Amino acid sequence: MSEATISVVQAPPAWKLPYRGKVAMACLIIAESAIFTIFVVAYLYYAGRVLSGPTPREVLETPIFYTICLLSSSLTIHFAEHFLARGGRGGFLGFWFLTIFLGGLFLFGTGVEWHRLIYEHGLTISTNLFGTTYYSLVGLHAFHVTVGLILLSIVFLFGLTGRVGSDQFARVEVLSMYWHFVDAVWVVVFTVVYILGR
Amino acid sequence: MSSDAMAIRAAEATSGSWLETLHGWVTTVDHKRLGILYILYALLFFIIGGLEAIVIRVQLIRPHNDFVSPQVFNRMFTMHGTTMIFFMVMPIVFGFANYLVPLMIGARDMAFPRLNAFSFWLTAFGGLLLYFSFLGGSGLYGAGNAPDVGWWAYAPLTSRAFSPGHSADYWTIAVLVSGFGSIGTAINLIATILAMRCPGMTLGRMPLMGWMILVMAGLVLISISPLSAAQIMLLVDRYLGGHFFDTQAGGSAALWMHFFWIFGHPEVYILVIPAFAFASEIIPVFSRKPIFGYPVMVAATVSIGFISMSVWAHHMFTIGMNSASNTFFVLTTMAIAVPTGIKIFNWLGTMWGGKLQFKTPMLFCIAFLFQFLVAGLTGIMLGAAPFNWQLSGSYFVVAHFHYVIVGAIVFCVFGAIYYWYPKITGRILNESLGKVHFWLFVIGFHLTFDPMHIPGILGMPRRIYTYEPERGWDGWNAIVSVGAFIQGIATLLFLANLIISYFKGKKAGNDPWDAWTLEWSVSSPPPAYNFAVIPSVESRRPLWDLKHPEDPDSRYD
Repeated sequence: MSEATISVVQAPPAWKLPYRGKVAMACLIIAESAIFTIFVVAYLYYAGRVLSGPTPREVLETPIFYTICLLSSSLTIHFAEHFLARGGRGGFLGFWFLTIFLGGLFLFGTGVEWHRLIYEHGLTISTNLFGTTYYSLVGLHAFHVTVGLILLSIVFLFGLTGRVGSDQFARVEVLSMYWHFVDAVWVVVFTVVYILGR
Repeated sequence: MSSDAMAIRAAEATSGSWLETLHGWVTTVDHKRLGILYILYALLFFIIGGLEAIVIRVQLIRPHNDFVSPQVFNRMFTMHGTTMIFFMVMPIVFGFANYLVPLMIGARDMAFPRLNAFSFWLTAFGGLLLYFSFLGGSGLYGAGNAPDVGWWAYAPLTSRAFSPGHSADYWTIAVLVSGFGSIGTAINLIATILAMRCPGMTLGRMPLMGWMILVMAGLVLISISPLSAAQIMLLVDRYLGGHFFDTQAGGSAALWMHFFWIFGHPEVYILVIPAFAFASEIIPVFSRKPIFGYPVMVAATVSIGFISMSVWAHHMFTIGMNSASNTFFVLTTMAIAVPTGIKIFNWLGTMWGGKLQFKTPMLFCIAFLFQFLVAGLTGIMLGAAPFNWQLSGSYFVVAHFHYVIVGAIVFCVFGAIYYWYPKITGRILNESLGKVHFWLFVIGFHLTFDPMHIPGILGMPRRIYTYEPERGWDGWNAIVSVGAFIQGIATLLFLANLIISYFKGKKAGNDPWDAWTLEWSVSSPPPAYNFAVIPSVESRRPLWDLKHPEDPDSRYD
């Protein structure tokens, strides 16, 4: 009875490959992680070896508020994606803008901190080993936030002109991978600079 | 996938003016054209780097020679090393990967064609920057021109105090820029391999080259990035007054060594894994057997990739690490011999019982097997810390890594050029000239690098611009230099063959070697669109299936 069903030639399984954008972003994140690892290793290796002041213990203040801003931007971009997938244009644009705003606020916080360190404590990148490692590690991260903000803003502008719909979801997702990465790196940088390094 | 469908060569023939042709090549995003650009660019730097090696060997041919000044000698070995690693071997393997990977996996192009072009031009401008230092390196300081800090540029030699002028900056920025190009290409290759395979081309059916390029690209991501980070730190030190590698301010010169070799050792595998890939494609075809132990080859490649990231400090045994670190790095270094040995046995297993055809590509691969074995044996010697304390920084080390880079990598690259030249140009390289090239190069190679071990054991340090007579080094150095000239002559013969065969060579047809991978199913050179119909495959040897419908591989898959 079952003979007929057995001899049926199986249709070739559907050929499914991962989306190239996601693969590429994952690769970029691996490469970037390696770069950050080297800077983090340098920071930890030199922590406490500074020969002259100011030292991290004297001048660093933990940027709790701005850290909360950056980390919550990972949530808002997630909600923005959620709305985009369902075609909720207003929700998408709103949360997308909130993400940019929170990221911008974080960058502003870094600017305030640097201004204070430079003008109140006289700490620049060439002052001592702490200045060199601190500004390059935090600066490398801030550079990535800046790049992320530029990309987010471009998507926002396209969104305003109505060119970002649910058909662009995969691309938006790739950008959001990058933004999550930038936030995750901050967790590491924060731990290293403001907790372990002091 | 039928071959007559492939024979279409549409509007490929450009009949425009030379300006249009040039414009076409400069603005191209076609993976095949970019591959050719990579290869030509690498061959140019192969000639330049080779000439620098000849200058080094003329200077060392006898004691107290004064062919070049010590300053020029330092520039020559720095430029020779930097050129050969970053602007010859890397571009040439990227070139082959670019050209072949999409064809082998049945794709129309790379995943990101414009990123591909961008990466190539970054690498190209990196090379130009490096060589512009001969003109611009003096800057306002009147200090030395081309970089003279050695290819690993140890701190504090690169600090402003010891490298005034801009020569070290040109070195740093050239390597940094070409490194970004390499990362771009690696991302592109991984995305292509994972996301662009034709239907049926599962990872387990990919040609071994696909796997090996995948591992190589992964290593690029993980190891070129630390180099980029270290170069950024060096730039911060040189331009912004930072103290990363400034021992006066508490910085550490040893940290640069670690960062450099965290890049430097995986780099060896970035270069040699594509060489393995070429051998793994060529040896089966000329043994008329499928590759022996495909899954084991894949596993060995992946494990080489992982282990290679934990061996870097075997370049640094002499800086004085504690015995736990020494032991760790000795053991990891020894461990890498296991997967490498597995590969050698698999290639031998492929040849065993096969109908061997000693065409030029095969000759180069057989020489590769012997020479890579010897290189691995001296590598094990150097991987033992006590032995290394005696020989580190001597000509023994120079002989060892040239055995790897020339004896293994360059030989496989030559094999690859002989093997795929018909696909790229449509004409077969002249076989008799090829054999003369092979034998001359083998003789030159062994005359150079076999005797070179001995002055190293006798205590001759690397990077010295001259030496005292009567130390037992004179005769050996003379032989080494003669061997270098022979290699130079062989290379000229090879270049002549490339040019002559391009115009006069025998027409290749689609498949001159009766091979089994997809690139041989299309015309030579392939049309811009690669495949008129995207093929679908059912085994590791799709062309075998096509040629032998009575006994296809897919039956055993």
